[in-house]
Amino acid sequence: MTVDMTRDEAAARTQRPVRFVKREKRTVTDGQEISDQTVWMLAVRDARDKAAFARLFDFYGPRLKGFVMRGGMDAALAEEIVQDVMLTVWHKAAQFDPERAQVSGWIYQITRNRQIDTIRRTGRAMPEELKHEDEHEPDAGQVLAMEQEAGKLKQALGRLKPDQRAMIEKAYLGDLTHQEIREQTGLPLGTIKSRIRLGLERLRHELKELREP
Amino acid sequence: MSNITHHIPEPMLAAYAAGTLPPVFETVVATHVSMCAACRAGMQAHEIAGGAVLEAGDGADLSDALKSDVLALLDGPAPEDRPAPKRKGIYPGPVMAALKNREPRWKSLGMGVRQSILMDGPDGSLRLLHIPPGRAVPDHGHNGIEMTLVLQGSFADETGTFGVGDLEVADEELEHTPVAGEGLPCICLAATDAPLRFRTLMPRLLQPLFRI
Repeated sequence: MTVDMTRDEAAARTQRPVRFVKREKRTVTDGQEISDQTVWMLAVRDARDKAAFARLFDFYGPRLKGFVMRGGMDAALAEEIVQDVMLTVWHKAAQFDPERAQVSGWIYQITRNRQIDTIRRTGRAMPEELKHEDEHEPDAGQVLAMEQEAGKLKQALGRLKPDQRAMIEKAYLGDLTHQEIREQTGLPLGTIKSRIRLGLERLRHELKELREP
Repeated sequence: MSNITHHIPEPMLAAYAAGTLPPVFETVVATHVSMCAACRAGMQAHEIAGGAVLEAGDGADLSDALKSDVLALLDGPAPEDRPAPKRKGIYPGPVMAALKNREPRWKSLGMGVRQSILMDGPDGSLRLLHIPPGRAVPDHGHNGIEMTLVLQGSFADETGTFGVGDLEVADEELEHTPVAGEGLPCICLAATDAPLRFRTLMPRLLQPLFRI
């Protein structure tokens, strides 16, 4: 697959994975409310689509570099992180689950892991993974709901006063210790949590079915 | 698993997502998340918030060659992965990772209480404690934060009762005396960011010996 296709071809190709979403469950019209980033990521995951990956790179590459540089990293090292993180996105695409995660959050987590691995010899302590089986059919309603909640969170972030926003940025950049993050961040995470829990319950149900056929 | 009533405090969950917890606390959080769907959801919510911050921030221009370099590497071999340790018996994956996939090496602290030290350094210590039913952990306070996660059995102290998956977070204000519940011995994962100080003379003298 080449990366130098026209914009329309790329768009047509990256639209395709939206249709994997089960139509009969909820009414989903093509692309509606599913962000470009999620569509690209699913094309990378399900079709190993390099053009979609190039779009993810164009979108996240500069943001990632800016993000880690605000955390105090020099430009050369920051680009090394961008390269490693984006390659991880490609190689570990199968782990991306739109029912519980947003592309940006998934990339954020990969970035923090990568940064901690450079600082510490032992690497980051990670929770056990919960794995979907291959034949997993995503629930379109759940994916859409996650997108909506994440959209609300972004709006809330945009509405914060500059000093509050700076504080939250510092917290997620890793510039505050846990003692310093005493107050609630003031971000509306409650509804997102319940959405993620729905995804987890669904997953647990599936795993149970697999174990007890 | 659904009986867990004592969870990770929100700021600690945020700090875990941001990667700022010292390794000893990070291991306790990762272990609790492995056992608790509510806290896993909370952790993932913080990751989404971190992602929103990442996405909203200003970008920095990339070197011209970076994109083509990365695209050229896509067909290359995937980098080697650190295999995620799996749960073994009562020990969830992150505990097995701290144990380097080996059995705990128990050392007696007297009165049937045993410990196995997993990490010990300037940033704090992480240990497994094995307390026989009905037995108390010697009365102690601590200079910093102490996290105790139950992996088997239960314990109770001045603040409440803690069963499998429950997490107690105590700060220097709390002078407590955890007592193991009836039934199976209580096995917990305990992290402190400063050495414990025991209130009775003997254990204090023994402290350097046991590195507690």
